[in-house]
Amino acid sequence: MTPALRRRLLLLAPFGIVAAGGAAFYGMLQGLQTGEFNPRGVPSVLIGRPAPAFDLPEVPGAEVPLFRHADIAPPGRPVIVNFWASWCVPCVVEHPQLMALSREGVPVFGIAYKDRPEDSRGFLRRHGNPFARLARDEPGRAAIDWGVYGVPETYLLDAQGIIRWRFAGAVTPEILAREIRPLLRRYAS
Amino acid sequence: MIRAALVLLLLSGPALAIGNPADMLPDPAQEARAREIGRELRCLVCQNESIEDSNADLARDLRLLVRERIRAGDSDAQVVAFLRDRYGDFVLLRPPFNASTAALWLSPALVLAGGILTMWLVRRRGHAAPAGPAPLSPEEQARLAALEAEARR
Repeated sequence: MTPALRRRLLLLAPFGIVAAGGAAFYGMLQGLQTGEFNPRGVPSVLIGRPAPAFDLPEVPGAEVPLFRHADIAPPGRPVIVNFWASWCVPCVVEHPQLMALSREGVPVFGIAYKDRPEDSRGFLRRHGNPFARLARDEPGRAAIDWGVYGVPETYLLDAQGIIRWRFAGAVTPEILAREIRPLLRRYAS
Repeated sequence: MIRAALVLLLLSGPALAIGNPADMLPDPAQEARAREIGRELRCLVCQNESIEDSNADLARDLRLLVRERIRAGDSDAQVVAFLRDRYGDFVLLRPPFNASTAALWLSPALVLAGGILTMWLVRRRGHAAPAGPAPLSPEEQARLAALEAEARR
């Protein structure tokens, strides 16, 4: 390498660093938009473990069967468990995705987190009910056993009841297409 | 009015998150232990505060949970293990050293070593004798001799 060429390469180095930084930033923004990248995300330690036991009351008047631990120990087919609340705005955003799964026959089980029964009922009346089974965790203790740190959180369990996937935040159409559907196919057998 | 409000704001010290005395344990020694443990646990919502400092709902739930475990006779390590079982290493404000946190713990040492290396390289270059002009080739020497001979004439 001649000194002149080396000097020219050295001059290009800052441009290279800026370009790489820009590309990484663009990727981060894209990830933020699809919900794939969450800078405040807490990785779940429950992946690969059976769902924790719980014993919760029903949402009175919602006319949805009570979601019991026995329903997922084991469920016999892949299921979705969703922690939500009527006061949670991202829950409204993800609701159509849960409705779509429910229409396709995927069992979606719900746990209403720190929500008053009448509010939960009102939310389901307004937006539709995607939940095949429903329970109520007003003190939020069962949620702590699941490692929930905010709503909405969505878990995918395989047929044996092992937690395979957890997503904190609103399930967008992208997350549904890119992550949930492939996982449902993979664990279908 | 605004000035009075500002003075009040400045005078009010940082409030401890645990405002409700009913949340505290009756035994002061146990309460002290609970606070000690809580200061080492991260609030998962605010993420840069301990559960003792945070006002988030979840932080309060976790504070109560810590006190409940202590009352049930758990040791400090058991209480921490209980929460780590649910939220992983992330719940610890002082993460343990392992494969996934190695970069975090080692980065200060790496940066320091990089700085020392850079300084050493820069100093060594500064001390090196400045390179003189290249020695003359035989043709140049011959030409120089010819010029000198001419000058002497």
